[in-house]
Amino acid sequence: MSLDNLTSNWSKLRVKRPQPDQYKDAPYKWGMVIDLDACTGCNACTAACYAENNLPVVGKHRFLKGQAMHWLRIERYWGEGTESTQEFPERGAQFLPMMCQQCEAAPCEIVCPVGATHHTPDGLNSQVYNRCIGSRYCSANCPYKVRYFNWFNYPESAWPSPLEQQLNPDVTVRSKGVMEKCTFCVQRLTEAKDRARTEKRTVRDGEVLTACAQACPTSAIHFGNMADSSSAVARMWKAQQVELSADRQAKDDQREIDEQQGKTDGVLRGYRVLEQLRTYPSVVYLERIRSSEV
Amino acid sequence: MSDTFEEKEVAVELRFQPKPKDIDEDIAWAQINGDVLRSLERPRPLYWVIFFGSLALFLWGVYCEIYQYNTGLGVADLENPQVWGLYIATFIFWIGMSHSGTLLSAILHIMHADWRKPIYRFAEAMTTFSLMTAGLFVLVHLGRVWQFYYVVAYPNERWTWPNFSSPLVWDATAIGSYLTTSVIFLYFGMIPDLAICRDNATGFRRTFYRALSIGWRGTDRQWSNFRVTYLTIACLLIPLAVSVHSIVATDFAVSQQPGWHTTSFPPYFVAGALYSGCAAIITLFIILRYTFRFEQYMTIPILEKLCKLTFAISMVWTYLNFIEYAAVWYGTDEFAKQSLIYRATGDYAWWWWSMNILGSVVPFSLTLKRLRTNIPVMLVVSILLNLGMWIERFMIVTPTFAHGYYPWTWTQGWWPNWVQVGIVLGSFGWFNMLFMLFCKIFPSVSMYEVKEMVYHRRLPRKNLKPLPAEG
Repeated sequence: MSLDNLTSNWSKLRVKRPQPDQYKDAPYKWGMVIDLDACTGCNACTAACYAENNLPVVGKHRFLKGQAMHWLRIERYWGEGTESTQEFPERGAQFLPMMCQQCEAAPCEIVCPVGATHHTPDGLNSQVYNRCIGSRYCSANCPYKVRYFNWFNYPESAWPSPLEQQLNPDVTVRSKGVMEKCTFCVQRLTEAKDRARTEKRTVRDGEVLTACAQACPTSAIHFGNMADSSSAVARMWKAQQVELSADRQAKDDQREIDEQQGKTDGVLRGYRVLEQLRTYPSVVYLERIRSSEV
Repeated sequence: MSDTFEEKEVAVELRFQPKPKDIDEDIAWAQINGDVLRSLERPRPLYWVIFFGSLALFLWGVYCEIYQYNTGLGVADLENPQVWGLYIATFIFWIGMSHSGTLLSAILHIMHADWRKPIYRFAEAMTTFSLMTAGLFVLVHLGRVWQFYYVVAYPNERWTWPNFSSPLVWDATAIGSYLTTSVIFLYFGMIPDLAICRDNATGFRRTFYRALSIGWRGTDRQWSNFRVTYLTIACLLIPLAVSVHSIVATDFAVSQQPGWHTTSFPPYFVAGALYSGCAAIITLFIILRYTFRFEQYMTIPILEKLCKLTFAISMVWTYLNFIEYAAVWYGTDEFAKQSLIYRATGDYAWWWWSMNILGSVVPFSLTLKRLRTNIPVMLVVSILLNLGMWIERFMIVTPTFAHGYYPWTWTQGWWPNWVQVGIVLGSFGWFNMLFMLFCKIFPSVSMYEVKEMVYHRRLPRKNLKPLPAEG
């Protein structure tokens, strides 16, 4: 940053996200697609996440207080009305796995006073534990509330000996007073990128998976490199006509056309959660196909 | 020529009822010195009750903080959506309280409102101590308080800077400069009085006051330099005061949460700050008046003026509060509207309605002369107003967490536990303790400015000769 830059154009100092064609020439942009139609709510992804990322099990008491540390949570939603009056009680709840959406214009990034959470070149919203001072402003500004704070010094209590032997050596054990969240299993990504670099190539599609995607029995969670247009995830985004940096998706226009034509269910079923807030998440959810008419 | 001039003036005076005087003009200067210096000696027993009560509260707060520091913030029952709790709400409260000291000492100084002179000193001390208390809340709130200096933009060998787009960095900068400036302002305005203390003290006290009065002798040159510098610092302080609470408001306005994302927050916060600060000044006015026997200086006409000022500000706050609701209600943001409805009808409905009644209805008691000249009533009313303003801050912070964008995280109300309440009470103890110590060590009524008031009033009319014509 030169003095010239400071005096001539202040807007250069401000990084606007998402930039158009930000990842055009970049080797990596990690993204995800979650098929809610395939999700059975079995919680295998959550368990895998606990094991992979050294998440502390806080116990029933603290869980009920809302101090749980699940980076990936399975949310249950029931239909309209109470359990007895809902439309199709035999179909049970609908599930939605919710983790950090790795937003391109992340609300947490601009408010962190020390820059502990920032954007990486491969499109991740990273969290630097060493830099975090625990102001919790990021969590306050997160619309999805997927950031989890270390309310206690969990390394002291969560893994009594010999349970500390189960900890993943590739992942930091977080101390008291820092914020943490889903990283898209950044330790796996780093390892895969290193391996690919040694072999002078880029990471192949399917070569690296997050723990949740790996554990999902119904393959509801798809993970991959969206900068590679031939990857499964990039093709799914394209098929659903969801664009990373667009304010308005084809699905919204399609819905209007469908409504005019009297159709109730569109062909496109990809959406991003709370997209209207312009956070530009990197996770696309596919709506459930089953509707009340089926 | 001069005779007709005097006759005219007498005739004008007779037509109007003389207004009640702020201060009895017959007080001798020596008596002013004596009365104020007596406050450094032996107060009424109530002083010690307040002081030791505050000390006990403070120690309890320290205990809670040590427990929380050692075990982790989880003992305060903070949880995933409710990550801020009482700490940030009370932080805003204390920042807000600091503003009226500046209003009295700097803004009214520039506007030549003479009635502020006997009471601005303790108001300015209130500014300093409430800012210190607010600063403590930042530390209590942080998860890793031992690394709080990461927020400060200081040059370091790794060239890591704070994130300048974050309002918390603006906060740290603004509060730091406001605190520094108001400490300098408080001390600087006190120098002539410290010299009086020095001249009347003996022993170690004399050494203490001599060091603090930095060679003040009261020469013409010193006075003229003093006036200019005092006015300059006052002018510097005013924009700082306004900016500090505007920046605290941006903590909320910059975020995109429903109920916070409002452009009217900065003026709303500043009005609320002046409001709670004025109410706090009334409370402290009454306490000081009694404990230090300042009845001759903190008079009923001054209390009345304070009450009128408080009422005016309370109406500004009511208006801004109302337009904030109206803007949300007639706006298109469904989430913000839901958030407002939740505040008014949800788990916090009692609190929300009591805030609106305490903040907007109770101040109407200040319009009745019978009530605002009644000291016990005013003590109760001023405390009620501040209670209302504290609830206002709680109502800004908490319901947004309880009822945000994401339905999965909605909670059925959330209430602070004993650790948080203990630390909040401890902060009140800490503030009162410091304030009471200040009043015991330093003259809490500005002697030299009260003398000015008396001097101007006592000038006999006959001495007021028209200036000789030029040439």
